[in-house]
Amino acid sequence: TNEWRLSCVNKEFSVCPSYPPVVIVPKSIDDEALRKVALFRHGGRFPVLSYYHKKNGMAMMRSSQPLTGTNGRRCKEDEKLINATLCSGRRGFVIDTRPLTVAQQARAKGGGFEQEVHYPQWRRIHKYIERFHILQESFIKLVEACNDQSHNMDRWLSKLEASNWLTHIKELLTAACLAAQCIDREGASVLVHGSEGTDSTLQVTSLAQIILDPRCRTIHGFEALVVREWLQAGHPFQQRCAQSAYSNSKQKWEAPVFLLFLECVWQIHRQFPCSFEFNEQFLIMLFEHAYASQFGTFLGNNENERAKLKLPQKTMSLWSWVNRPEELSRFQNPLYEANSLVIWPSVAPQSLQLWEGVFLRWNRPSKFLEEAEEERINIIKYNKELQARVNMLRRQLAEMETGEEVQEE
Amino acid sequence: VENVKLLDRYASRKAASGTLYLTATHLIYVDASAEVRKETWILHHHISSVEKLPLTTAGYPLLIHCKNFHVAHFVIGQERDCHDVFTSLLKLSQPVKPEELYAFSYNPKMSKENREVGWKLIDLKLDYQRMGIPNDSWEITDINKDYEVCSTYPPEIVVPRAATKAVVMGSSRFRSRGRIPVLSYLHKENNAALCRCSQPLAGFSARCLEDEQMLQAIREANPGCPFMYVVDTRPKLNAMANRAAGKGYENEDNYENIRFKFIGIENIHVMRSSLQKLLEACEMKSPSMSDFLTGLENSGWLRHIKAVMDAGVFLAKAVREERASVLVHCSDGWDRTAQVCSLASLLLDPFYRTFKGFMVLIEKEWIAMGHKFSHRCGHLDGDPKEVSPVFTQFVECVWQLMQQFPCSFEFSERFLLEIHDHVYSCQFGNFLGTCHKEREELRIFEKTHSLWPFLLQRKQELRNPLYRGFTAYKELQPNTLPFSFQFWCGMYNRFDKGMHPKQCVLDQLLSCMSQKVTLEDKASELENKLPILDGPLPSKGCTSPKAGAAAAKAPPPPQDCAEGAASVLSNGPSLGSQKHKESPAQPRDLGASREDGQAQHQ
Repeated sequence: TNEWRLSCVNKEFSVCPSYPPVVIVPKSIDDEALRKVALFRHGGRFPVLSYYHKKNGMAMMRSSQPLTGTNGRRCKEDEKLINATLCSGRRGFVIDTRPLTVAQQARAKGGGFEQEVHYPQWRRIHKYIERFHILQESFIKLVEACNDQSHNMDRWLSKLEASNWLTHIKELLTAACLAAQCIDREGASVLVHGSEGTDSTLQVTSLAQIILDPRCRTIHGFEALVVREWLQAGHPFQQRCAQSAYSNSKQKWEAPVFLLFLECVWQIHRQFPCSFEFNEQFLIMLFEHAYASQFGTFLGNNENERAKLKLPQKTMSLWSWVNRPEELSRFQNPLYEANSLVIWPSVAPQSLQLWEGVFLRWNRPSKFLEEAEEERINIIKYNKELQARVNMLRRQLAEMETGEEVQEE
Repeated sequence: VENVKLLDRYASRKAASGTLYLTATHLIYVDASAEVRKETWILHHHISSVEKLPLTTAGYPLLIHCKNFHVAHFVIGQERDCHDVFTSLLKLSQPVKPEELYAFSYNPKMSKENREVGWKLIDLKLDYQRMGIPNDSWEITDINKDYEVCSTYPPEIVVPRAATKAVVMGSSRFRSRGRIPVLSYLHKENNAALCRCSQPLAGFSARCLEDEQMLQAIREANPGCPFMYVVDTRPKLNAMANRAAGKGYENEDNYENIRFKFIGIENIHVMRSSLQKLLEACEMKSPSMSDFLTGLENSGWLRHIKAVMDAGVFLAKAVREERASVLVHCSDGWDRTAQVCSLASLLLDPFYRTFKGFMVLIEKEWIAMGHKFSHRCGHLDGDPKEVSPVFTQFVECVWQLMQQFPCSFEFSERFLLEIHDHVYSCQFGNFLGTCHKEREELRIFEKTHSLWPFLLQRKQELRNPLYRGFTAYKELQPNTLPFSFQFWCGMYNRFDKGMHPKQCVLDQLLSCMSQKVTLEDKASELENKLPILDGPLPSKGCTSPKAGAAAAKAPPPPQDCAEGAASVLSNGPSLGSQKHKESPAQPRDLGASREDGQAQHQ
């Protein structure tokens, strides 16, 4: 489609320090306008394209909160930018990952939300997603519950519920489904933002793409998604994945945002076990490397920092290792069958399970589950070999028969 | 009845109108509005309650709860119709006399001989033989053939050879309902025995020499261990309360070399209430995660499942590691005792994890040993306080084990659900009545069919594709920390299709298994054809498959399998239909393949 263009306005990271050097914006918006919009958005994170839904031409954009402040500031270029994504006469949805009260309070500190009077074609939906220290505490409580060795079922269920971890999973999945529904079912464009646009925003946009786009469910597609929507988009990995659940020092900016996203992918994977090219181990591997890694991929908070640290020169990329055939074979899902569907997960509590592979990994033996996975792989592999054999035999027979016919003539 | 809507759990107004039919055995709802006709069948025997809900704008609602946890919410257009359906269902779902049960009218096309053979399929004597019984220490006695010892035990029971008739009779007078200690399972490797009975009529101080001798005989039948366990599966408080009624538990001082232990599984009333609360949590319309987890916790259901599992694990460990014989009882020895004995057997012996073995286990520990299926499952209109999900809990424990050990059972979850359905369906005679004596009186074996042959016929769809075979796992040692227990969505929200994974791994793998057979046959057939074409006139019945294989020896190169691999995928339950254009070939005789082969080849 040629309604979009690549803009290098940020190539020195001067317009938005947390964005990558190249972003995708509507064709009709020039770089000058972008600079103005950047002044109107928190941290300079002006709306950029996150995902384009080929099926119906709808777009999903993401940004940070608009700096309307208490005076109700407006920015015509910002309005023009997001309106450019709308088809004539159609409406768009702004999905704000803060509750309405928080969004309103943000005005006192210079932030705010898109006001209907300036954005009449956009309908705003608030879909609250937890963040920061509450998420980190939730994480710590869950890990603590899993380590509880007392044989008390009520205590376990009580602690599990009190951690609220699965609640966050449900809420994020619901928000992603909402965004995906707006695009696929309502046929509308969507703008997603929270406050900074570096956490819940990215969770929603990347998860929505898992739902909408089968390519994101392939191994390379998922890697590209992580690179695009998390690394390049400026999720502050260094701050968020500093210490994990056992740290005693409560770091202010620490939160398992990326892990929550990975787990939601796993929950969808559980419900659609044939729709993902990668297996659970792949997701667990990414979780590990986000926190501690011999590769430089997840270091730093954004592309700007990575460039300054000269990471491409001084470190190796995780992807170069993962994508080697001998490594990749460990991460493949034997049940995968490519399909072009939009997949809608169920968010009923009964459909969501604790991610044992991460949270109970060291608390129970994995031998029997690994044997089961081996069986699955063997069953499918053997059938593929049989099929190949049958095909080959057929070909041989066909060749011999034609050979015979020629002889007889 | 026309103009009836079937609402799903979200009670959407878009539900189409269909027609409700009531037959002698089923309620059938037909929705012919969409392209595909959809039928919902509910067996009357499965209905546990029917309620009329308050009138709504859509009509007169009727809420049906089933014993297999199906919940059907109908809205009927006319009040008269609704009332008629309501009263009919009340009557149809609560038969009064055993003869009204489905099993007595169920008449599949089957010869008399086959029906009788069906009943003989499971022979408990063979299982005892498998354990090595009869042997020096244990014998199968027919002392109970006229139910003189115990009316709720089967005619043949296994007791220590050293127990004389006097000991047996004396013990039967000292045990609640005459349910003396008998053998459940003998662990051949070390002679440790799992035995079961009911509570002793000990009161505060009564003794019975014969009963003490009975336990001694059991202990001495296992020379490998100087002591034996006596396990009371009740909470200590309940057992103590029973003493006031002249019953109670064994005094360690009176019985030589026993180690007594309480396990603390709650009684049938607590379990009935627990299930009720669990189902309420499952039926919540759009619960938050907190709502559901709190509901789950408050029901206590998983706590009880864990208690049963812990008991089974304790028994298995005592037998396997301590080499000690164990005698288990509760109050009457037909609820908790049945659960833990059958569970322990399953943990110890891989035979019970096969199709046949599981059937034997149920026939032995539940049916023969007098679990009161009729009362516990509410087959007839009776005392609601006797109803309790005791068997359900056992089935769930098996399912929990399947989650921890996915390769160790020959059958899948579906097999469990089928059995569970039929425990309540009364379509087959196995689970009718309360004990063997009653089944004989009702002439079950002459007038009804056995479930087991019907299930065995469907092995292909009820099997576990990941089963690694009989010898792969010996004893199972499950983890029973609380986080090891999962919520069984497939049982308690079985009919809420939206909650389950949209792509079914089990179906995929099962279709792989059946495709495998087809492909193997095809490969053989093709191999056999190859050398025939390659050379002068072939002779009949010549080339062996080996020669064919040699001819086609080159390793298969990486394929672009244009003819397609496994199932066609859809965003819904995968049915595993083949993409092959030709129909699967049947294996043919070598002699015939020449002509047919040529003609078949495109």
